[in-house]
Amino acid sequence: MLKIALLGNPNTGKTSLFNRLTGLNQKVGNYPGVTTEKKVGFLSSNHKPWAEITDLPGLYSLTPASVDEEIVTQILTDVQNIHHPDIAVVIADATNLKRNLFLYTQVKDLGIPTLLVINMMDEASRKGISIDEKILEHRFQTPVFKVSVRKNQGIDSLAERLAEPITPTPNGTIPSRSKTHFVYKPNAKPKRLQESIYRYRAIHDVLQEALTVNRSEARDFTSRLDRILTHKFWGYAIFLLVLSLIFQAIFSWASTPMDSIDQGFTALSQWVRAVMPAGVFTELLSQGVIPGVAGVVMFVPQIAILFLLLTLLEESGYMSRVVFLLDKFMCRFGLSGKSVMPLISGLACAIPAILSARNIENARERLITIMVTPFMTCSARIPVYTILIAIVIPRKKWGVFNTQGLVLMGMYVLGVATALLAAAAFKKILKQRYKSFLIVELPPYRMPQLRNVWLNMFQKTKAFALKASQIILAISVVLWFLASYGYREETVDSAARTAYENSPHKAEGFQAFAGSYRLKHSYLGRLGRFIEPAIAPLGCDWKIGIALLASIAAREVFVGTLATVYSVRDEGDDTSIKQSLSREVRIDGSRLFNLATGVSLLLFYAFAMQCMSTIAVVRSETRSWKWPAIQFAYMTLLAYVASWLAYQILK
Amino acid sequence: MRISDLKRGQCGVIKGFFAADLPEKFYEMGLLPGMRVELHSDYWFNDPLYLKMEGCALAIRKAEANQIEVELAE
Repeated sequence: MLKIALLGNPNTGKTSLFNRLTGLNQKVGNYPGVTTEKKVGFLSSNHKPWAEITDLPGLYSLTPASVDEEIVTQILTDVQNIHHPDIAVVIADATNLKRNLFLYTQVKDLGIPTLLVINMMDEASRKGISIDEKILEHRFQTPVFKVSVRKNQGIDSLAERLAEPITPTPNGTIPSRSKTHFVYKPNAKPKRLQESIYRYRAIHDVLQEALTVNRSEARDFTSRLDRILTHKFWGYAIFLLVLSLIFQAIFSWASTPMDSIDQGFTALSQWVRAVMPAGVFTELLSQGVIPGVAGVVMFVPQIAILFLLLTLLEESGYMSRVVFLLDKFMCRFGLSGKSVMPLISGLACAIPAILSARNIENARERLITIMVTPFMTCSARIPVYTILIAIVIPRKKWGVFNTQGLVLMGMYVLGVATALLAAAAFKKILKQRYKSFLIVELPPYRMPQLRNVWLNMFQKTKAFALKASQIILAISVVLWFLASYGYREETVDSAARTAYENSPHKAEGFQAFAGSYRLKHSYLGRLGRFIEPAIAPLGCDWKIGIALLASIAAREVFVGTLATVYSVRDEGDDTSIKQSLSREVRIDGSRLFNLATGVSLLLFYAFAMQCMSTIAVVRSETRSWKWPAIQFAYMTLLAYVASWLAYQILK
Repeated sequence: MRISDLKRGQCGVIKGFFAADLPEKFYEMGLLPGMRVELHSDYWFNDPLYLKMEGCALAIRKAEANQIEVELAE
């Protein structure tokens, strides 16, 4: 099948064109060995696909500056690469043709048959820019198409042209006046300045003939808007407003669908238990698989909303302004303006956040961003925080605030502060291999295209759900096994009965007591008792230990596990868990969940790396086990020390 | 003078570079001799700088802006 690669600068409508050409006939996958997203679509006539189009990551030149760009350069320069295209379609922004043609000439000079698509013609003509494509075709020896993807103009004839063969021209795009024939070579660094000068000069010459501009105030609207949006006071005020909107959206808009998903899965699990024949398989399904999947699906609404908003910010051009506004501040912590987006995404979930750190060019800044992002208060911590705060923090009013709300807010601030401080520490430790620099385009503000936004949100959310559920599914099956075996099935009931007769707490009823008894004698229970000496200084007993162990898979498991350990009858609401946890006592009769234990646990959950999926993502993003291991170790150590201090001081 | 010496709204034409090791990306994005840049406005730290160029706008840090020589233009 014909292989067509679509490439171009960022913000040129490349993905929109891809979506238009392929419709919904596309697949999202990964390139082998790396996690760079690979988007492939098909062109077909009479339901027969005849060409495969790949949407390559956006880039300004063939010199790779980030992981994503490296892949593009590899594909284009290596003829042996299985993704090497038969045709390259370079899409350029009509309102900024000079810079866009730079990449085009580089690609053309590689000898790949190339087709130039000039997009945003509608915007260009509004700005008084007219382009003579005949001159471009003649000078560059290339078919040129003027289109407006947004208005769906010119796409059909482009698709038709792709079916016909394109002959590569032997001559480079840079005229023979320059003696050297520039072809991009991966390692020819010293020539790059000269190459750039020649290319821009050649492009300038061509555009003198091909391009006419009637009005020069082309960027007027964007410029005026930026007087406010990047203003030294209003710029930051508006950013904080946008941030709080994102925050608000993640929590309030997502809460209803999250609750119904939670109830739906609980019902499903009960239904499975009621309908299927009792046995190991049913148990595995109803207590391992279904709750495991539920744990992931529950976060889908939040992730989807987050992706929706971030895509809107990205497509409108605002995200580059955030990079601009915060770069100086982030630099002090060894990060860059480009680290802001991963950190914000971390408020929903560290996994997409760490993936989005990919467009940070500097290797050290990217690594530091990855290492500290898990400190951001992700949504899996919310259920843990909510229940602990409800139990141990007394509800008091201070003016309009109440203490519990303030503590929850404090946990968020703590997360951000720790992330920044940890980054500053890494800045001191890690050696700088390449000079840190920043060059970002501040693209003109444009109305986001809803079709793209939806598609992007859908694809990213799907990728998250698949990736996360595989890992959590595996872990929850293992946990279920550990929690369900280890005692002797024949004798456990009578043993539980005897223990129940001797127990002073008969309030819960035998059913609940037996459940808790089984757990205590399971492998997981034994593990909990095994680690008890280690966690006793944090104010935790073996039962909390079980919940801590279970949370290594995913934090949100904490509440559910505690409910099982403390034999709470499942009434499907938080009040019963809260009440029975506050009733728990230590051997000496004092309350188990007192302020000291509560704060100690809050800190532990704030700092510890309790998320297998994140570890797996860090491993694939850094391509080593070293960094996830270091991350796990330092975060857990920090968590332990902080909890220990808190408990010892407060008790 | 240097790009970083430009005042708000002033334009300059790039003359050359004080350092030989600017990242290639700067050249490729069009920060080359003969190109005209305008400082969009000045900010709190004056870092990064917001530069308007023909057809596009870029943000670069002061450290690199210090390495680029310009000649004041009207």
